[in-house]
Amino acid sequence: MKARRSLVSLALGALFGLGLTISGMIHPHKVQDFLDVTDLGGRWDPSLGLVMGGALLVTLLSYPFILRRSQPVLGHKFHLPAAKDIDGRMVAGAALFGVGWGLGGFCPGPALTSLTTGSRPAMIFVVAMLLGMALHRAFHDLRQPHNHA
Amino acid sequence: MHNFTPLPALAGGLLIGTAAALMLLLKGRIAGISGIVGGLLQPTHGDSSWRALFLVGMMTAPILTMLYSGHLPEVTATVSDRTLVIAGLLVGFGTRLGSGCTSGHGVCGLARRSKRSLVATLTFIGTGALTVWVVRHLLGGIL
Repeated sequence: MKARRSLVSLALGALFGLGLTISGMIHPHKVQDFLDVTDLGGRWDPSLGLVMGGALLVTLLSYPFILRRSQPVLGHKFHLPAAKDIDGRMVAGAALFGVGWGLGGFCPGPALTSLTTGSRPAMIFVVAMLLGMALHRAFHDLRQPHNHA
Repeated sequence: MHNFTPLPALAGGLLIGTAAALMLLLKGRIAGISGIVGGLLQPTHGDSSWRALFLVGMMTAPILTMLYSGHLPEVTATVSDRTLVIAGLLVGFGTRLGSGCTSGHGVCGLARRSKRSLVATLTFIGTGALTVWVVRHLLGGIL
């Protein structure tokens, strides 16, 4: 059972990574060409929109049916984000993420997937990204020193 | 639009969506990469191995495509190392503060019809587009 669950995690990661690789989203220039919306007649590349659209087509159609189940196939409960508020912190975080995404053309999935291509830029980006995540954790702990939940 | 690659984009998108759907069906989890990584940085007992395995699986993908195409994809940067460091710091800090990235908010959150994820997705696409405009068209791509 444990081995089967491990194999499933590995396979799902591979499927996700294959999607990122095949779609070309591991290439920073493809991402930046999508974000270059003021160059509609030139460099603008709608590919990323189609990647998100294709992914959303599957998740939008399947999620409602899956969530009708009382529990997942290999688990006891669904782990869904509880937060529903649109607060300043969330918007500020998304805004900062967007700036970094536009600057480098990498978001977390593609950058991590690219590591095994031997890409030096991906390695530099991933180290800095992990540092950024650790910094957030440190600030979080500073603000709420007694809350490690 | 000379660089538009509709078929690989759609095929890749369907694979990503299928992986996210199976993730929810089988494991009851959201396939949000920044959240999966973030959980590894603050590990709780029994909650780390699936995260690590998922990420390792993700990293096998370029090697799997090599079996078919005969070569590893070459992932190159468009900016200097220094800019990549700033970009990485912003993405790491921002995705944790904003509770998600392209996959968690953009693919999974929108599918849950979460208004929070819709606002997050519009925000990061907005600031991303603004950043590319500043870098490419205002600064002339010198970073």
